[in-house]
Amino acid sequence: MPAIDFGDTSFILICSALVLFMTPGLALFYGGLVRSKNILSTTMHSFFAMGLISVIWALVGYTIAFGSSDGPLGAFIGSFDHIGLAGTIGEVTGTIPTPVFAMFQGMFAIITAALITGAFAERIKFSAYAIFIGLWSIIVYAPLAHWVWGGGWLMERGALDFAGGTVVHIASAAAALAGAIVVGKRKGFGKANFQPHNLPMTVLGAGILWFGWFGFNAGSALAANELAGTAFMATHLSASAAMLSWLAFEKIQHGKATTLGAASGAVAGLVGITPAAGFVGPMAAIVIGLVTGAVCYYGISLKSKFGFDDALDVVGIHGVGGTVGALLTGVFAAEAINGVPGLLEGNGALMLEQLIGVVATIAFSFTVSYILFKLLDKTIGLRVEGDAEEIGLDLSEHNETGYVL
Amino acid sequence: MKKIEAIIKPHKLEEVKEALNALGVAGMTAYEVKGYGRQKGHTEVYRGAEYTVDFRPKVKIELVVDDELAAKAEAAIIEHASTGKIGDGKVFTYDCEGAVRIRTGERGPEAL
Repeated sequence: MPAIDFGDTSFILICSALVLFMTPGLALFYGGLVRSKNILSTTMHSFFAMGLISVIWALVGYTIAFGSSDGPLGAFIGSFDHIGLAGTIGEVTGTIPTPVFAMFQGMFAIITAALITGAFAERIKFSAYAIFIGLWSIIVYAPLAHWVWGGGWLMERGALDFAGGTVVHIASAAAALAGAIVVGKRKGFGKANFQPHNLPMTVLGAGILWFGWFGFNAGSALAANELAGTAFMATHLSASAAMLSWLAFEKIQHGKATTLGAASGAVAGLVGITPAAGFVGPMAAIVIGLVTGAVCYYGISLKSKFGFDDALDVVGIHGVGGTVGALLTGVFAAEAINGVPGLLEGNGALMLEQLIGVVATIAFSFTVSYILFKLLDKTIGLRVEGDAEEIGLDLSEHNETGYVL
Repeated sequence: MKKIEAIIKPHKLEEVKEALNALGVAGMTAYEVKGYGRQKGHTEVYRGAEYTVDFRPKVKIELVVDDELAAKAEAAIIEHASTGKIGDGKVFTYDCEGAVRIRTGERGPEAL
């Protein structure tokens, strides 16, 4: 059995807690953007995932993602030898105890499911949401994690995804797109006033996401080493640069730099650097941030062009940002950072692998999500009925009121 | 007795209150309200989506004063709520038929 490194172990324990903290951060980020009558339902869409996805991860998610690839379906899903986390106690993954690795990875499963919920906020039934994210994490997230990190076919091909550009961001955005299409637009979309009700909350949420993202990206080195340090550096610089480019485009187009633009730009930059964090140097990270911030600024206008109501811009930020990041990872990967050269260092073949990773993730997640949403819509119904949407989901779905004044 | 209602710019509330205090007005009620008149609304932009906000935040104050104080109070509000720019607000004056101080049962001007 390989030796446990105590430094690595303590680092990943802390990173696991940081990644978990992103989910309540996301609840604030999303919560501030909805109308005040939906603050609790939107918060629950993230917070409840911490309960549900954790249990599902322990029961089956982990083994599908990180079970052995030796079985006949090993390229697509892991074997079922770790159902209920069996066989993890006493084992070592890399230099850390396997239970630590399993918990670290489980936190990613939670935030990924929670990210989807921005698309159908303010109109989905709580029951339909809960069943959807539970099934999605088993049928879509866990296999994808296996493809990219668990020894599956994308990993074998050499596609790079350091911390989840495809697995987390593109996958959740593709599901979000399916959700926005199937559940339909919010009542009054395009006519009524959908002003965010509490932007300070959104900015605090963005700050917590940024903070937690260090656990997400630096922790993906799975060791307290230099790679974790360069990933930390790249993560921070990309977020900062993306904030600047988003605001620059906003200032040019609308005349003012907005607080929401600063928060959105930073999150876009964090998304963009996620696949690249452990493969690129600091200047490449700044370029990735600048490009992601600018492209996502235009990405959020896709929904009005195509007429789907992705309420909180999951597609525009996580889908577009994740795709830009995955492709730019192929461009800027530096041999000196992690041993893999990219396009700029003469390895054009990597671009093809990155593209395959992006397309396969979108196709798989979108298709399965679309079918799941349709099935739920035909059976229990996806959308709240009657005047529940006007009353607000806090009262109609949870019997609560967010603000009692 | 007269009841005066004034819609004013929120940042003028303190100044108007001080001026009315100096005249001997014993009390008032203030509300945060939204409304529009000639000033109309403004446009806000969130992630590129433009929303027209028709109702602007204002403060509404209500006070009841003795007849002889009414004209002075009205003049004080006008003087101290004024910025000379659009959106300064309006003052409405009504006859007030009765007033009672609940604790003591005093009626009329004594109750003010």
